[in-house]
Amino acid sequence: MSHLLEVRHVTKKFGGLTANSDISFNVNENEILSVIGPNGAGKSTLFKMISSFLPTTAGEVLFKGERISNLKPHVVARKGVVRTFQETTIFKSMTVRESIIVAQHLRARASLAGYFWGTKTAHEDVDSFGQYADDLIDFLGMTEIANEQASNLPQGNLRALGIAIGLATDPKVLLLDEPFAGMNHDETMKMVNLVRKVRDDRGVTVLLVEHDMPAVMNISDRIVVLNFGEMIAEGTPAEIQNNEKVIEAYLGSADDEIGI
Amino acid sequence: MIQWAGVVIFLLAVFIAIPGFIAASGRSDLYYTLTSVALLSIASAGVWLTFYIGRINIGQGAFALIGAYVSAVLVTKAGMSFWLSLPLAGLFAAAVAVVIGVPILRLRGVYFAMISLVLTQVVTLTALALPITNGAKGITSIPLPGGVSALGLTLIPDFATLENPRLAFYYAASVLMVLTFAAMYRLVNSRLGHLCRSMQQNEELASSIGVNISYIRVIVFAISSFLGGIGGAMFGSIAQSVYPSSFQVADSVNFMLNCFLGGLGYVFGPMLGTLVLYFGWDLLFELGRFQLLAYSSMLIILMLFLPNGLLSLRLPGKKEADK
Repeated sequence: MSHLLEVRHVTKKFGGLTANSDISFNVNENEILSVIGPNGAGKSTLFKMISSFLPTTAGEVLFKGERISNLKPHVVARKGVVRTFQETTIFKSMTVRESIIVAQHLRARASLAGYFWGTKTAHEDVDSFGQYADDLIDFLGMTEIANEQASNLPQGNLRALGIAIGLATDPKVLLLDEPFAGMNHDETMKMVNLVRKVRDDRGVTVLLVEHDMPAVMNISDRIVVLNFGEMIAEGTPAEIQNNEKVIEAYLGSADDEIGI
Repeated sequence: MIQWAGVVIFLLAVFIAIPGFIAASGRSDLYYTLTSVALLSIASAGVWLTFYIGRINIGQGAFALIGAYVSAVLVTKAGMSFWLSLPLAGLFAAAVAVVIGVPILRLRGVYFAMISLVLTQVVTLTALALPITNGAKGITSIPLPGGVSALGLTLIPDFATLENPRLAFYYAASVLMVLTFAAMYRLVNSRLGHLCRSMQQNEELASSIGVNISYIRVIVFAISSFLGGIGGAMFGSIAQSVYPSSFQVADSVNFMLNCFLGGLGYVFGPMLGTLVLYFGWDLLFELGRFQLLAYSSMLIILMLFLPNGLLSLRLPGKKEADK
């Protein structure tokens, strides 16, 4: 297995506060890797640096050996590393299908002027966007809500819509921001299956940030644990569950929260 | 089919019924009013487009003034044909918009609105200071547009030789307006329009799917200002003069109000908004010193009860077709 994504000595300081300190790990092709940690551990900051929504203070993130940190988000997306957001970040007054069509921006072959004048390539693009959207909607089991306006969707569907928008860009790596937050057990299991399906059927490598322990233990091939901005452990779910430092970090929270 | 019928009726009304009515009633002053409406609606269409990427633009007066001056200078100082100066005026305004837009389009909401509000004043003051714009005296006695002919055919007659240049201006402005709104409709329904909508709704998500949002913002602002420049240039040609006060902050505000009134969700909103606002103001003239009071009260009431503009009065089913 080759390293698809490499996080190398990444550090982030906000004034005197160190949010991430010298974090290094690799993500292999076709794996699901989770970054976990208690609140305030620096997960979100790390997530934003990997997707270039925040610049790093030191260190770098490489994708296929190319630096993707400290760029613009759309450039990183263009290279194939695409993030999702939590549920409120959607195109509110578009339907599910429209959102997925617009999100295929990177697959466009015609220029913007081409679409304006309606060239042959543009027509082909528009047809292919529609086709791809229908395929993706089918794949994600969203057929029933395809023409529903996003602002009318319940929370669980919004999460799935967020993933659909990310997938529409045809990414190599999908970065998921707390995909299970605020979900009950059934919803979480559905989402776990969905994420797994995305990896298995579409060959998308997944890096997710999350604090729902049972779900993370269930879904992840490997886990990276952060605490107070430092990386304290890395390993398979079984290794993490028996790691003393990890147990210590979570001490004070109930044991079942880390799925032991 | 219904849409095409609407387009045909509209074109017949603008190019045949209205001139026919004016000729029959002898109210040729209406030509000037309607020409103004057509030109102002072109500039308003530009403002509408910046609303479409989620920016409140109160600076269109600046670009209208730039367009008017560029055309006036090219015609009077360089002896250029007006019809060549017209697109150049638009392009110059667009170029200025690119230079100004790169830094200021990063701002959102009220911050962008405030900066754009200042632009008109900046251009006015610049026009007062520069020698080429002739300061407060402005540029006067601009000749009427000359003719254009190709292969021995007269495409556009020389306006100075016409019996009724007002009618000619009315036709010219109407053709420009129809072209503008046809292009706007096409643009909004093409990929650029979809990307604008995605940015209006969520810029972060748009950039995460690979949209170069700063590039699209500048492109849209340039198109918007191009339309402002065209409208302004044509206005200057009709008035045959341009002064630093030809377009003021109040005009910039009106361009924005036209969009609000017509409806931000509808391509043809700015056209209807301009028509209603322009005629509404004139109709209230009888009220004398209460004119402004009545006018603003009506605007407030309209926006309270029709926040999505006049066009939202139509059947909901039509809404999607326009978008």
